[in-house]
Amino acid sequence: MGKTKEISITINGEVHHSEVEARLLLADYIRHEADLTGTHVGCEHGVCGACTVLLDGQPVRACLMFAVQADGHRIMTVEGLAESPDKMHPLQNAFWEAHGLQCGFCTPGFLMSLIPFLDENPHPSEEEIREALSGNLCRCTGYQNIVDAVAMAAKAMHA
Amino acid sequence: MKPAPFEYFAPDSLEEALELKSEHGDEMKALAGGQSLIPAMNFRVAQPSVLVDLNRIGELDYIEERQGAIHIGAMTRQSTVEKSKLIEQHAPLLYEGMPYIAHPQIRNRGTLGGSIAHADPAAELPVLALALEAEMQINSKTGSRKVPAKQFFQGYFTVDIQANELLTEVILPRFPENTGWSFQEISRRPGDYGMAGVAALVTLEEGPKCSKAKMVYLNVGDGPVDAVQAAESLSGATLDSKTIEAAAIIAAEKDIMPFGNIHASVEYQRHLSKILTERALSQAFERAQEQL
Repeated sequence: MGKTKEISITINGEVHHSEVEARLLLADYIRHEADLTGTHVGCEHGVCGACTVLLDGQPVRACLMFAVQADGHRIMTVEGLAESPDKMHPLQNAFWEAHGLQCGFCTPGFLMSLIPFLDENPHPSEEEIREALSGNLCRCTGYQNIVDAVAMAAKAMHA
Repeated sequence: MKPAPFEYFAPDSLEEALELKSEHGDEMKALAGGQSLIPAMNFRVAQPSVLVDLNRIGELDYIEERQGAIHIGAMTRQSTVEKSKLIEQHAPLLYEGMPYIAHPQIRNRGTLGGSIAHADPAAELPVLALALEAEMQINSKTGSRKVPAKQFFQGYFTVDIQANELLTEVILPRFPENTGWSFQEISRRPGDYGMAGVAALVTLEEGPKCSKAKMVYLNVGDGPVDAVQAAESLSGATLDSKTIEAAAIIAAEKDIMPFGNIHASVEYQRHLSKILTERALSQAFERAQEQL
């Protein structure tokens, strides 16, 4: 065991105080300490994108940061997207409508990468969408339905 | 938990970080953006016993122009460099190369100094730093020195930083006049490591006569590879498709030393390097002509 450190992280608007070892990854902190299991852990070396969360509004790999580094920062996870359990975010809705997922393991990472992308690119071309998706891996859909979902979301969000 | 235990320091100032470095030396790894170090720690390929996290040192995060030279703090995020108007205006080659570095999610954490100090032969930033003849500002508790990129990169993941030192700033000299630039890379998918890539600069004297050319390559050697022989063949030459192709052949056959990997054989890396050199030199030549 290494020495522990006290940290406080705001996740989806709620402040979490914990005492953690420095080697605890942010992804594992979110899942095991904050009990928010929507953030998934895939490759654990920054390639698959399943653990993508927003750090102060920008997408980052939660497996490539230590929880202690997020001390005093704001994190947003997939649980922070929907307004309420029965009112999904337009991006989530579009993934549902366009069948942009099959097993769903990669979906939280896709959603968190796409939120800032659609903010900065309200009317993306298909090429821009494909480039934006390149940092997240999906092994089920073949991506076509994800591309459709993003185009649908862009229309719905910026009509 | 995946990484092995370590002692962790997160100083607020460079002074404290250098103090810690002088105390712990080689045992202590500096944690910059962590986009290479943390994966290595997750797999326990790297097991540093002490980490000094530089992410709270705000004084190492800046981009400034001083008499035409661009000074970039080592902890400046790659995404900040990528979006900087100053970089676009004063270091167009760097600006063009930034989006090739992994993905936005990685560039949001990855730092300019971290990638340069890591010196991965497949990385873009060491290539861009060498092409732009950057100077590295190295500090220790007791001293400060500047190292030109040419001496800084010493081979496979090896740079001229001593155990008690940190890379604190990267200085790009004033972008030369009548000079065109180009960055070209081919990877399997956007964001993957390039199978080959080149940063090129062409300076024209008058008309199509080249006074200086520089081509630096990624992933075809034990670090950023400066194609000295190919560049020499262009010095004083009149640029056209023939002289450009001849230089590309010299670069691909003589200057680079590709190892090959699962994505590209040695022959294919040479082939790509030749094609990319032609594209890069043609584009850099065109851009230089626009300035005459």
